[in-house]
Amino acid sequence: MSPLKITEDDLHAYVDGALTPSRRAEVDTWLAECPEDGERVQAYLAQKQSLKALFDPVLAEPLPDKLHALAVQPLIAAVDREKQPNLKWWSLQRIAAGLLVAALGGVAGWLGHGQYQSAERIATGVPLFRQAAVAHVVYSPDARRPVEVAADQEEALVKWLSKRLGTPVSPPKLGTVGYELVGGRLLPGNTGPVAQFMYQDANGQRMTLYVTTENAAQPETGFRFAREGQVNVFYWVDGKFGYALSAGLDKGELAKVATAVYDQLEARK
Amino acid sequence: MDSRTIITELPRLRRYARAMLGDRAAADDLVQDTLERAWSRIAQWRVGSDLRAWLFGIMHNLRVDQLRRGTLTTHSLGDDACDVSTRATQTDRLEVMDLESALRQLPDDQREVLLLVALEEMSYADIAAALGIPIGTVMSRLSRGRERLRQIMEGQKPAANLRVVR
Repeated sequence: MSPLKITEDDLHAYVDGALTPSRRAEVDTWLAECPEDGERVQAYLAQKQSLKALFDPVLAEPLPDKLHALAVQPLIAAVDREKQPNLKWWSLQRIAAGLLVAALGGVAGWLGHGQYQSAERIATGVPLFRQAAVAHVVYSPDARRPVEVAADQEEALVKWLSKRLGTPVSPPKLGTVGYELVGGRLLPGNTGPVAQFMYQDANGQRMTLYVTTENAAQPETGFRFAREGQVNVFYWVDGKFGYALSAGLDKGELAKVATAVYDQLEARK
Repeated sequence: MDSRTIITELPRLRRYARAMLGDRAAADDLVQDTLERAWSRIAQWRVGSDLRAWLFGIMHNLRVDQLRRGTLTTHSLGDDACDVSTRATQTDRLEVMDLESALRQLPDDQREVLLLVALEEMSYADIAAALGIPIGTVMSRLSRGRERLRQIMEGQKPAANLRVVR
């Protein structure tokens, strides 16, 4: 009996080595009989090889710093993985403890926590302290480009971030507690832009202040504390702003700085 | 997903982005955006599932967003494009540049599938999942993309290449 008709899909699967040996043999027979298809398949094979030859050198190129920085040991992710089996329960506990939940949609997002949810549902569920801690872990180890705009252009930084967040934001001065501004950057939050200011002490210890305006609907809170891997975070909601101060410092030390930040922000009102 | 697995995926993401966009800086920006989004949505990634397909899916969605907003600059074939090849001879360089310019002439969706197959050697099913399209669509894009690329290449021998290649 004659084999099943050879389809266009078969020809491509042949090129890509995705056929069973028996089907492959049938296609071989067909190609011998039909030089036109044979020629086409040869051209596709050559095409595939040439594309690899053309772009494979990219694999050997050194990674640019900005990409290297994004692959730095993600402490947060490691913690997440350990927590994964209990994530729902863990999240509910946190919610019950009165942590920041952006909206009812956020709760739904966590309750229905799964792999392929819509971005919106997931996004509303990432709590402030975690976003801040991830941002801290991603950017603070970067030796060469920790910030987008450096402190020597503080005025431009303030102007830019205020414009993007749609409200005046500026970094508190923390010289009195030993920290100098390194600079800042714009980051994607749950629903829009957020700001990150980075500080550094004389020993190079870095600290980041995460400022979001996505908590407008939230009641104000006092200081709250969270620990994510090696990173400690103090965070609070004040008016339309949510703040999170993250560093690899011990809790007491960080609390001191957080208080200084809070006091300064209060004084500005 | 830890830093080691990310590091191993990075060169592949870069290669694919470079092939997709042509421009080195734009490609690395896209990879950067992809990683940032990936970290911010790390909770969506299930341990043990295919990290590569997940990352390529994120990159695809970002690109779709960018194209929709019209903020993505169209590929410019500047001198940068030459950097992808470090072949020895002038003739080779010409052929390689020719293939690259032919690739640019493919519609985005065809180029995307073609490259995922040729460079990433992803299965048709994985590509369908990463791009969120039926497998039949993957096959038809692949078929049209390959045939179109063949026709362009055959109608455009190196001698007919008008671009200045240094």
